[in-house]
Amino acid sequence: MLEQDVRYLKYKTYLSFYCPHCSNTFNVERKHEKSLIFNARYKNKDLVLKLSPFLDVFDIKASIPIKMGDVLDDLLCPQCKKSLIDPDVKCGECGSNVGKAIVSAYAKLIPFYFCLKHGCEWHGITKEDEKKIKLKIPRQDMPEQDQRLRIDNFQEVPYGYTSELALLEAGRCLQCKKPRCVEGCPVNVDIPSFIALIAEEKFDAAVKKIKETNVLPSVCGRVCPQESQCEAKCVLGIKDEPVAIGRLERFVADYERKMDLVKIPEIRNNTNQKIAVIGSGPGGLTIAADMRKLGYEVTIFEALHETGGVLTYGIPEFRLPKSIVQFEIDYLKKMGCRIELNHVIGNILTIDELLDHFDSVYIGVGAGLPWFMGIEGESLGNVFSANEFLTRMNLMKAYRFPEYDTPMPKGNKVAVIGGGNVAMDCARTALRTGAVEVTIVYRRSRNELPARSEEVHHADEEGIKFRLLTSPVRYIGTDTSLVKGMECIKMELGEPDSSGRRRPVPIENSNFTLDCDMVIVAIGNGPNPIIFQSTPDLKLNKRGYIEVNPKTNETPKEFVYAGGDIVTGSATVIEAMGAGRIAANAMHKKLSTLSKKKNSL
Amino acid sequence: MAKGTIIRFDISAPKIAKKIKAGQFVIIRVNETGERIPLTVADKDDFAGIITIIFQVVGKTTALMRSLNEGDILMDVVGPLGRPAEVEKMGTVVMVGGGTGVAILYHVAKAFKEAGNYVIGIMGAQEKDMLILENEMRAVCNEIVVTTDDGSYGERGFVTQPLKKYLEERFDIKLIYTIGPIIMMKNVCKLTEKYNVKTMVSLNPIMIDGTGMCGGCRVKVNNETKFCCVDGPDFIGHEVDFEELINRNSLYLKQEKDSLLYSIR
Repeated sequence: MLEQDVRYLKYKTYLSFYCPHCSNTFNVERKHEKSLIFNARYKNKDLVLKLSPFLDVFDIKASIPIKMGDVLDDLLCPQCKKSLIDPDVKCGECGSNVGKAIVSAYAKLIPFYFCLKHGCEWHGITKEDEKKIKLKIPRQDMPEQDQRLRIDNFQEVPYGYTSELALLEAGRCLQCKKPRCVEGCPVNVDIPSFIALIAEEKFDAAVKKIKETNVLPSVCGRVCPQESQCEAKCVLGIKDEPVAIGRLERFVADYERKMDLVKIPEIRNNTNQKIAVIGSGPGGLTIAADMRKLGYEVTIFEALHETGGVLTYGIPEFRLPKSIVQFEIDYLKKMGCRIELNHVIGNILTIDELLDHFDSVYIGVGAGLPWFMGIEGESLGNVFSANEFLTRMNLMKAYRFPEYDTPMPKGNKVAVIGGGNVAMDCARTALRTGAVEVTIVYRRSRNELPARSEEVHHADEEGIKFRLLTSPVRYIGTDTSLVKGMECIKMELGEPDSSGRRRPVPIENSNFTLDCDMVIVAIGNGPNPIIFQSTPDLKLNKRGYIEVNPKTNETPKEFVYAGGDIVTGSATVIEAMGAGRIAANAMHKKLSTLSKKKNSL
Repeated sequence: MAKGTIIRFDISAPKIAKKIKAGQFVIIRVNETGERIPLTVADKDDFAGIITIIFQVVGKTTALMRSLNEGDILMDVVGPLGRPAEVEKMGTVVMVGGGTGVAILYHVAKAFKEAGNYVIGIMGAQEKDMLILENEMRAVCNEIVVTTDDGSYGERGFVTQPLKKYLEERFDIKLIYTIGPIIMMKNVCKLTEKYNVKTMVSLNPIMIDGTGMCGGCRVKVNNETKFCCVDGPDFIGHEVDFEELINRNSLYLKQEKDSLLYSIR
């Protein structure tokens, strides 16, 4: 039997074992205890044998004691009382008689043998059977918080892999010679190498491998849309499900943090050049870490009173615990990056003033301004932008009101407009703060939902309703100007638009009213004007975002780089990190040639 | 709590003091569990690095701020935020302020005076004890009228009465700048609309981050949604939908009370 498969059978507690004669299953589940129960005969006495899910002996109920090394006379099915002994097969280790059961795994029925010698731990399938059926390990699920419990708390939903599950999952990787998964990753993490290290149980080395290219593995493992990036390219995904790269990444990053194995990387000799990073979101943190490692003095400016940008104010606690974000920030601080909070660049200091003091500036401020649809009633009470709702909940901790001073928006019937990750976050947060019914209203169909599939799945599990192919037309208010419902129109999908997705077209006269007492508008963000107002020589593109050279991320203004949402519009955490990496490489190249010139003068 | 206790803070914030202009505001968070509240700056001293704020005790955070002593540290002060008031030499301008709005009015009036305008000040309060910055205002205004609701000092009545008189008598008024309770600003705008005089108002909607991110401070101006923190806080008064602003500002009255009660308990 393959080593991987034995591990699988050992740790998968829900495998079912059947009697080969009748259809009786030996699996018994009482309270929280799962076990296998057999009858047996020993020295003409009946006894009951209880095995643990790991196939170790739990308990023997017998009138006479059994010594280690004694062989049972017979093994019987508790229901049909027929002998399970298979005369053709002997124990692979001690040669004693073995009992045969049928195990159902991978949609196949496989004969499975137990040694009858007390103390002998041999069990498994014969070499012949193994050749006949090549076992395949399925993609491993992460254990997660029960859906009935989790809708009342803000604790993280998935618990993450155990080391056993991680080993199993890592065993699935084919170690392709030309790995396509690496192409799918915006920062090109060496995925096969880190998975190979996990399979060798070198978890610490694996995380160090990831950190060569990705400074925030514990964040990316949780929030990256892997199914459209690395996992989308996985060869296994063609016929089966792809390797769970994100879950493995998360596992090793958590392992490193929990085992206290995080080490401050070697920092090159100081270059005496200074970098200013505006915004402490994922992009800013990436370039800060990269440049600091190369020996630059880095100062990060953050507008809010807490670091992390969207990781802190946007993504909720149950998806990305804030302690993890803080841990990563502390790591940067230990590396020697300076962080200035409460600095709104553009107002307190302009980019030109920064350039007087710093050699180069990176703008990673994200897309700040929430979009509204511009329909009637949008300024009614209890109509929120997703940004406001999430900022109140995550940054200001309004869900702990009145312990925290910021009031919590509360609704019984909540409608969330939009279908992205932010919409899922809002819906699930609303559910956790006491909403009875939460509905996601999205104008396209389920296939076009831009959210991560895992988030949609979790939202579904938690009982969030989906009103697909629907768009609001106006909000209806009460006498006191609070929202009490919204008029919607049904949509159908037409021709594909510029983004390649099919354009939703309203169906005439299909209007209907949806009752709700709170609305969260999660339809994206536009660029924040504060930086442009004070820096007129930054060039903006048609959509109002900063224009950069895509190879270097440098703006037309020399020594000023930009990346992330402020360049591309709303996108993902890892894409912002990728942009930070590109800018770091270009910035280092430029500054190092410059300092060489200076030295030679 | 004595109703309407008015408190002045001089905050040492050299970087902000260097940059802040009349009409701009800062956001303050007092402690770890505190909320972020916007307060418009009443004065600054960029040499000493000090900004001055004047506020009335109305809710949890302001009550908490009252309990601070000299030398205590505020957890966070972020600024300057918002666009500065558009100050230029235009001739005669009227500054109309009510309540603690006078604090901000003073800063703007000073800027208008420095730009070389003839400044007429009209300031109102509920009663004599609640009048603030009278001497300072007198120093920067060419003419000044004080009103109190109960007649305990100056003229009895609201600020709109002397304003009407000025509008009837003088035809050279180029701009009216008003700040105070929303209802007062609304009435001032209603009045000046008849005389077709440009009126600027400084709005104070509910705000969280103050950097344009949350959209909580949206106001309808000329039927367009504007964000007060990045497009304002100053808007042309005749275009502002005041009803909506009043409704939006009263959204959390109950929670504010709960929060205050919780802190007392």
